[in-house]
Amino acid sequence: MPDEAVVLELRGITKRFPGVVANDAISFDLRRGEVHALLGENGAGKTTLMNVLYGLYRPDEGEIVLGGRPVAFHSPQDAIEHGIGMVHQHFMLIPVMTVAENIVLAAEPARAGIFLDYAEARRRVLALAESFGFAIDPDARVRDIGVGQQQRVEILKALYRRADILVLDEPTAVLTPQEAGELFAILNVLRREGMSIVFISHKLNEVLAIADRITVLRRGRKVDTVPREGATEAQLARLMVGREVLLRVEKRPPSPGEPLLEVRDLRVLDDRGLEKVRSVSFQVRAGEIVALAGIDGNGQSELVEAISGLRRPAAGRILVAGRDVTGRSVREIIDLGVGHIPEDRQRRGLVLDFTLAENLALHDYDHPPASRFGLLFPKRLVRWARELLERFDVRGGGPLTPASALSGGNQQKVVLARELGRDPDVLLAAQPTRGLDVGAIEFVHRQLVEARDRGKAVFLVSLELEEVLSLADRILVIYEGRIVGEYGPDVSEDELGIAMTGGRVAEAA
Amino acid sequence: MREPEREPQAPEEAEARPGLAARLDRYQRAGGLVTPLVTTIFAFFVGGLVVLVITGKNPLSTYLEIFNGTGLNWLLPWETCAHPCGPALSLQQTLLQLTTLTLTALAVAFAFRCGLFNIGGQGQYILGALAAVQTGIWFESLPALPHVVLAVAAAALAGAVWAGIAGLLKATVGAHEVISTIMLNWTAVFVVTYLVSGPLFDPVAEEAGAPPITEPVAESARLPVIWGSALLQGLHVGLFVALAALVLYWVVLNRTTLGYEVRAVGLNPDAAAYGGIPVARRYVAAMAISGSFAGTAGAMDILGWQHTLDETAVTSYSQIAFIGIAVALLGRTTMVGIFFAGLLFAALQTGTSTRNLNPEVFRPELAGNLTEIIQGLIILLVAADLLVLYLWQARRRLLRRRLPEAAS
Repeated sequence: MPDEAVVLELRGITKRFPGVVANDAISFDLRRGEVHALLGENGAGKTTLMNVLYGLYRPDEGEIVLGGRPVAFHSPQDAIEHGIGMVHQHFMLIPVMTVAENIVLAAEPARAGIFLDYAEARRRVLALAESFGFAIDPDARVRDIGVGQQQRVEILKALYRRADILVLDEPTAVLTPQEAGELFAILNVLRREGMSIVFISHKLNEVLAIADRITVLRRGRKVDTVPREGATEAQLARLMVGREVLLRVEKRPPSPGEPLLEVRDLRVLDDRGLEKVRSVSFQVRAGEIVALAGIDGNGQSELVEAISGLRRPAAGRILVAGRDVTGRSVREIIDLGVGHIPEDRQRRGLVLDFTLAENLALHDYDHPPASRFGLLFPKRLVRWARELLERFDVRGGGPLTPASALSGGNQQKVVLARELGRDPDVLLAAQPTRGLDVGAIEFVHRQLVEARDRGKAVFLVSLELEEVLSLADRILVIYEGRIVGEYGPDVSEDELGIAMTGGRVAEAA
Repeated sequence: MREPEREPQAPEEAEARPGLAARLDRYQRAGGLVTPLVTTIFAFFVGGLVVLVITGKNPLSTYLEIFNGTGLNWLLPWETCAHPCGPALSLQQTLLQLTTLTLTALAVAFAFRCGLFNIGGQGQYILGALAAVQTGIWFESLPALPHVVLAVAAAALAGAVWAGIAGLLKATVGAHEVISTIMLNWTAVFVVTYLVSGPLFDPVAEEAGAPPITEPVAESARLPVIWGSALLQGLHVGLFVALAALVLYWVVLNRTTLGYEVRAVGLNPDAAAYGGIPVARRYVAAMAISGSFAGTAGAMDILGWQHTLDETAVTSYSQIAFIGIAVALLGRTTMVGIFFAGLLFAALQTGTSTRNLNPEVFRPELAGNLTEIIQGLIILLVAADLLVLYLWQARRRLLRRRLPEAAS
């Protein structure tokens, strides 16, 4: 007899796509009132499995057992009717509508059969929110509220449709650390109320913080299901990647030399003309990693864009190896020895429809050996690419594979290969591990440390305190466009966190 | 390790774990040939229904008649013909159309690869025709080859400048090229109509009370006719210019740094800017190159068979540039695709022209409408090509789903 407490069981789910088995006989069960984490690297099959559960895919083999009875879902509508709610990574909300309207959408209380009874909708939403202790303004328009709030709206939407199983797909990917904390508080309440939650993630610390049990997937197969008690980050990382992973970078003490990057009194405006970087000055010397810590949106992007030549500074000077590059073109700055790992590899770092060979040539296509007199030599691009792809261990394709076919980690390796392959003196690394899984993070970190050890100046912009603390030789904290503090690598996470919020404790939302 | 010239490895060879984007891309590429074919067949099918409903005639025999009207039957080994050979004359017309359509399609395709939608082929074509006719009239003392080269170069330059205006507006103030090229079309139509009916009106024709028309170009500026008779609008060497332009298009896009930049800007302007490509300047360059293709199209028609520029050429014949849009999109902006799409549209134009279609089979005034129906459907379906792709995939999903059920 099946366990009474098991509300959902996936038995031997297999899902094939042309040329690939995304899920290979995966079994998974969910008990009442538990948070069950689904952990795995990008492409391990987590999202496919949940899409099978949500009726978006039909499994090739295996069955879904809900409350002891086998079911077959043909559409998300089916799944919703069976009490399964899903919060996608990208929210499915209508920005111009209010919170209450979004929540009742598709199941609106109506007057005279056709008119939305807004007062009733509002009342129901408030009652629902109160019963779970959510703080939410039903009359706010979704476009005016923060990401964390929007996620709460998504969760309420599922609850409103009487979901008792909630699937959260990488819910913290879009949240600040504070917002993630608030989300966990909400999940704890839901768990107490008897909800069953599937928590998809590739972040080890989160999974350990919230889950009761953890199922690890690797390359479409289930590796193991372990209870949270006794699980460690190192053990989970090993299950996930299939080998030992160094979670903390090992590095020698720095031996800094001459300053290679110098920024003096820099002021930068954003697209709307607002001053986002306010009189910032700092140096990065050869052979050191300087990290810029801060909460997203405090001027980091504008600062990096100004240094790389993508945005013209309003005032101040930027020097690379002693030479003034202020106001120079992107190409000139690249040629002066600045490498740049952009914060958004898909939007900026890669031309996704270009082949890897073409992407790797993005800075060097216009001079020999890639071209001469304006004529391009594709075979030389391919040869150069093959060498780089091997050196940086890029998997999932060859020089003629389009970049879009690669996983996120391998895409980032391509960007790294291009930037580090030119052996720049200064490396700007903006959120270089965003969205990557542990294996790829380890690779990127090692590359940054190696660049430092070869005497490069590495300027790291990161939102992850853990990353900042494990990589940086010096830490600068940016808040509202100003550098508000400089710390050594042994500063505590709390101290940094306080500086990042402007020295004040963050007000509760 | 050195490995000289090993064939690059195929994606399938490598670790097979494609993401969603990869799969979509694969479908897109599979749809690369499928979609245009399905689109065309469907358009002909609907056109056939229209024939059936309106005339009650067998659509197949109507299509056969249209096919014979295109002159393509001349290529069939069993077809024989007397002198003067009708099918040969028709085929010459089809190839003349192909020349113009190829060049105007390239004007759309090149800009398209840079992420720009050049609707301004008409204006660029008109300016090219104007430049060609004036150059052809003025330098009559030149020998034939330099005169022709000069006239074509002037036309290409005129088209480039006209399109470059739209590119410059886009690059400097962000004016959308769709709007500005459409406005430039009307500007060209009105300005050149004025010129033709005023300052450039051929005094002899004006005296005789003829409709507005310029003087004819000098003999030395006319393109040699290579097939048929110059008096019967035979095929001129412009066809080879168009074919060379197709090859040039491929070479520039795929084998030059400019082409690399244009494609990078077209696929992802943010990444291009990050890579150090001056995006705004490439917009101007891409528009100018596009315009030079359309301008050359104008020159081919003037120097090849029209020899003068008259009012109808400016206001109505120039609209052939719009068909170039359909050709470029149906041909998926590839060299080979544009050639075949161009041939299809050229054949349709000739095959349904009143001159070539047997009036007993299909009323000629309706035949032109049939062409437009087919063209319209193709444009509509090209625009909806994602829908066609979707249906294609849905069919395959259905098949896959049925297979295991049948097996069990």
